[in-house]
Amino acid sequence: MNDVVKNTGLFALVGALIIATGFMQSWNSALLILNMGLISAIMALGVNLQWGFAGLFNVGIMGFVALGGLAAVLISIAPEHDAWAAGGFSVIAGLLLGAATIAATIMATKRMPAGRTRTLVVLALLVGGFFLYRAVFDPGVAAVEAVNPANAGFLGGLGLPVLLSWPVGGLLAAGAAWIIGKTALGLRSDYLAIATLGIAEIIIAVLKNEDWLSRGVKNVIGLPRPVPYEVDLQASEGFRSWVEGAYSARLDGLDADARASALADLVITTSSITVKFAYAGLFLFVLLVLMWLVQQALNSPWGRMMRAIRDNEVAAEAMGKDVTGRHLQVFILGSAICGIAGAMMTTLDGQLTPGTYQPLRYTFLIWVMVIVGGSGNNFGAVLGGFLIWFLWVQVEPIGLVVIQTLTAGLADGSALKSHLLESAAHMRLLTMGVILLLVLRFSPRGLIPEK
Amino acid sequence: MSGTAAKATGAGDAPFLIGDSMTGGYGKGPDILHDCTIAVNPGEIAVIVGPNGAGKSTAMKAVFGMLDVRQGSVRLDGEDITRLSPQDRVVKGMGFVPQTNNIFTSMSVEENLEMGAFIRRDDIAATMEQVYDLFPILREKRKQAAGELSGGQRQQVAVGRALMTRPKVLMLDEPTAGVSPIVMDELFDRIIEVSRTGIPILMVEQNARQALEIADKGYVLVQGRNAFTGTGKDLLADPEVRKSFLGG
Amino acid sequence: MDFLNAIVALSNFVLVPAIAYGSQLALGALGVTLIYGILRFSNFAHGDTMAFGAMITILVTWWMQSAGINLGPLPTALLALPFGILGCVAMLLLTDRLIYRFYREQKAKPVILVIVSMGVMFIMNGIVRFIIGPNDQRFADGERFLISAREFKAMTGLSEGLAIRTSSVITVVVAVIAVALLFWFLNRTRTGKSMRAYSDNEDLALLSGINPERVVMVTWLIVAALATVAGVLYGLDKSFKPFTYFQLLLPIFASAIVGGLGNPLGAITGGFVIAFSEVTITYAWKKVANYVLPESIAPDGLAQLLSTDYKFAVSFVILLIVLLFKPTGLFKGKAV
Repeated sequence: MNDVVKNTGLFALVGALIIATGFMQSWNSALLILNMGLISAIMALGVNLQWGFAGLFNVGIMGFVALGGLAAVLISIAPEHDAWAAGGFSVIAGLLLGAATIAATIMATKRMPAGRTRTLVVLALLVGGFFLYRAVFDPGVAAVEAVNPANAGFLGGLGLPVLLSWPVGGLLAAGAAWIIGKTALGLRSDYLAIATLGIAEIIIAVLKNEDWLSRGVKNVIGLPRPVPYEVDLQASEGFRSWVEGAYSARLDGLDADARASALADLVITTSSITVKFAYAGLFLFVLLVLMWLVQQALNSPWGRMMRAIRDNEVAAEAMGKDVTGRHLQVFILGSAICGIAGAMMTTLDGQLTPGTYQPLRYTFLIWVMVIVGGSGNNFGAVLGGFLIWFLWVQVEPIGLVVIQTLTAGLADGSALKSHLLESAAHMRLLTMGVILLLVLRFSPRGLIPEK
Repeated sequence: MSGTAAKATGAGDAPFLIGDSMTGGYGKGPDILHDCTIAVNPGEIAVIVGPNGAGKSTAMKAVFGMLDVRQGSVRLDGEDITRLSPQDRVVKGMGFVPQTNNIFTSMSVEENLEMGAFIRRDDIAATMEQVYDLFPILREKRKQAAGELSGGQRQQVAVGRALMTRPKVLMLDEPTAGVSPIVMDELFDRIIEVSRTGIPILMVEQNARQALEIADKGYVLVQGRNAFTGTGKDLLADPEVRKSFLGG
Repeated sequence: MDFLNAIVALSNFVLVPAIAYGSQLALGALGVTLIYGILRFSNFAHGDTMAFGAMITILVTWWMQSAGINLGPLPTALLALPFGILGCVAMLLLTDRLIYRFYREQKAKPVILVIVSMGVMFIMNGIVRFIIGPNDQRFADGERFLISAREFKAMTGLSEGLAIRTSSVITVVVAVIAVALLFWFLNRTRTGKSMRAYSDNEDLALLSGINPERVVMVTWLIVAALATVAGVLYGLDKSFKPFTYFQLLLPIFASAIVGGLGNPLGAITGGFVIAFSEVTITYAWKKVANYVLPESIAPDGLAQLLSTDYKFAVSFVILLIVLLFKPTGLFKGKAV
């Protein structure tokens, strides 16, 4: 069996699984899986760029994804003018002061000769800068958060189209990646892993606690959409008549009352499916563009050099390649892709809920996707994205059924049975671990291996 | 370290340790050794010399089992050990001092010696005393981390570690690599002393002239083959050897 | 008097909690550093290993409590601890046999082992949640305080109270015993020395006849014991929640790296460095400041440098500083 047939077959299989979901559960769930599958595929693409092509071990994907989510809020939500008036400018001034402190410290460390004077100056700068920053920043934050705390209490965003937040999310993630990469790249791989793990936790902590920024755990809901709202579609005469036309075969022959209620049902279902299709179209477009770009990069001299570095870092370094510099580039690019995906995901959800970001789901699951799909192969990563997302969603109901079958013999209401049924939800972690280990053991290059 | 082993002489007796007509290479790679023979007897120092890339260390590793010997055999005291792993050869009585990374740098000198005797279950105090007698500086520094010692002292630790198993034969892979000429002379003196205790010593050396001076037997290898074999003196006197390998 | 009060307040809110937390981190970091030294990979499943060992201990504790077995003023969990360790040992030996050994034989790159440990992490996490659930579990019993704040005030006549919780004292005592045992084992016994030798120079250790499989097995035994003890102590001192244990991975790794990966002494130092930094930076200093500073310059606010929600940031920043200035850690770790 040649590769093209096999790979097409694998994609067809995943497509069939999603379509089967449509027939067996509902088209809404199938499309939800498809949409999140598309986003997962993009995240996997970003991680594959870092791991598959450069061998960089990033376990802070969650942080970059969350930064994308933050971008969605900052771009699309309308600005809170009262909050800005109350304390917005001292918040900004405080942040600038903080940044200036760090910049001055770095300057001092670089420019001054090492010695006690430098240590004292750096210490003085840090301590003085910190208190100055707090003195300006804290009152600003208090003022901002006091304005209409029930519904706002934050600065709001720029009120721009939400689609703009996708590239901006990429930029935010790239910025964070630059800071991490500057410090941890060039050291051994474990250090980058721990550093990324840390930055992800910190980004989530910022999102949870800095209420002035994105309302923290109070969440920002009702982000504007890039696609129509279901209610608007349902109210639109054109849409209704289009549905009526499309389903005429099913509607004809019903009496007037039945026809009206059937039509109303169809309009509701179809409107929600249409919206999801619209999202799917947007996401697919982004995936294809990114895929094309990454494939181009992979086959360019730059991509070849990257793989040469991955396969033999010492030799590449000896040949005069700037290994750390190249690693920094690819690390930033991969993280930016995760940021874009994060912005897309928050756009799809229509809300930013920092409390729901969990490393197992947003970092380690993406790793499972890349490894299972085939690290070093973009098609593999995309396939892994879809397949693992499908399993992540479906393992829970399947696990429940399995447990129900297994415990069928036990008396209803027995403590063991109810405990097992309750715990079925945790089956998915177990399953993901088993899948990861099985693939690593028996097919370590993944479903679609690197050529 | 028995001084009682009879000194084998004459061509009729089988050598104590012999890598006989060895042909082989690493893993699935090409052959590096071609019909190469290396042997050593008790009380002797045998030295393998030759130009860079001649397969000197490879020949020694073949004797120690770190290489796939496809033809020929390795025999220790008459026993065929060609198929044994290096670890098993250590148990059989071969002591090996690698060229680099041959000590436990984070452990004290004494602990290095203890680890050398890991396969022994009897009392090792006497052997340790013997090693300290051979290398008095080690007794002085026995509580110090081996990694903090000078290059020559580290080599002494390495040799001492290998002696702790009371090996029947000692193999040294370039023991004087990277040490100063003075230290080299001292190391050679120590090696002669070890040899006087009766242990056969097989050694690979970069410093061919000095090594042949102390050698009872010398093997000159070229491209994995025996080029010249003879006593150290004969080789030093041989005009051909002098011209090609000893710089005139 | 004010000065004494300040010291008492400092001890109560900073020193005692930081020492207890530092001991827990040190025990966790010791496990990480041993695995790194011997098996040569960063074990991402370590937090969940701690959770697993603690879970077994909790289950046995509950059973003991229901059977009326207890230690009087001491928590029953101490009695259940050996069972937790045994359970954890069984789990780790099983994972090694089924999973890690294969990669060891393949001589897989360390980063592959890290990814494998990610898979193990998922599975252990799943098992723990499956058995005990994702929620907070309480299992501490016995006397809550060794000295309560009220008793302390009555005893000393100071206005500031010093409460010493049983769990803090137990943490420190158990940690000291565990560390002493570990160092005795590593420095005095043949097997312990062979572990250090293997960690120092694998090839030479093999040449010396040290059996790597045995070294690895002993390492897992010790790691299981350390992880379970760390997990149980943390659970007694704070509370048991599977996700918290997963999150401990960051400060634990920070401790091990700050001290120098592969160096046991470094792991302990690193644990206390991280713990003290975390506690001092997130502590509201108002109370202490009010005692020692004259009224005119005493702070109005809480005098808290960072909100406690940012405690991860503290480990992280210390980690970055160490990575920037001394990548091998305070004590020289392995530079692989």
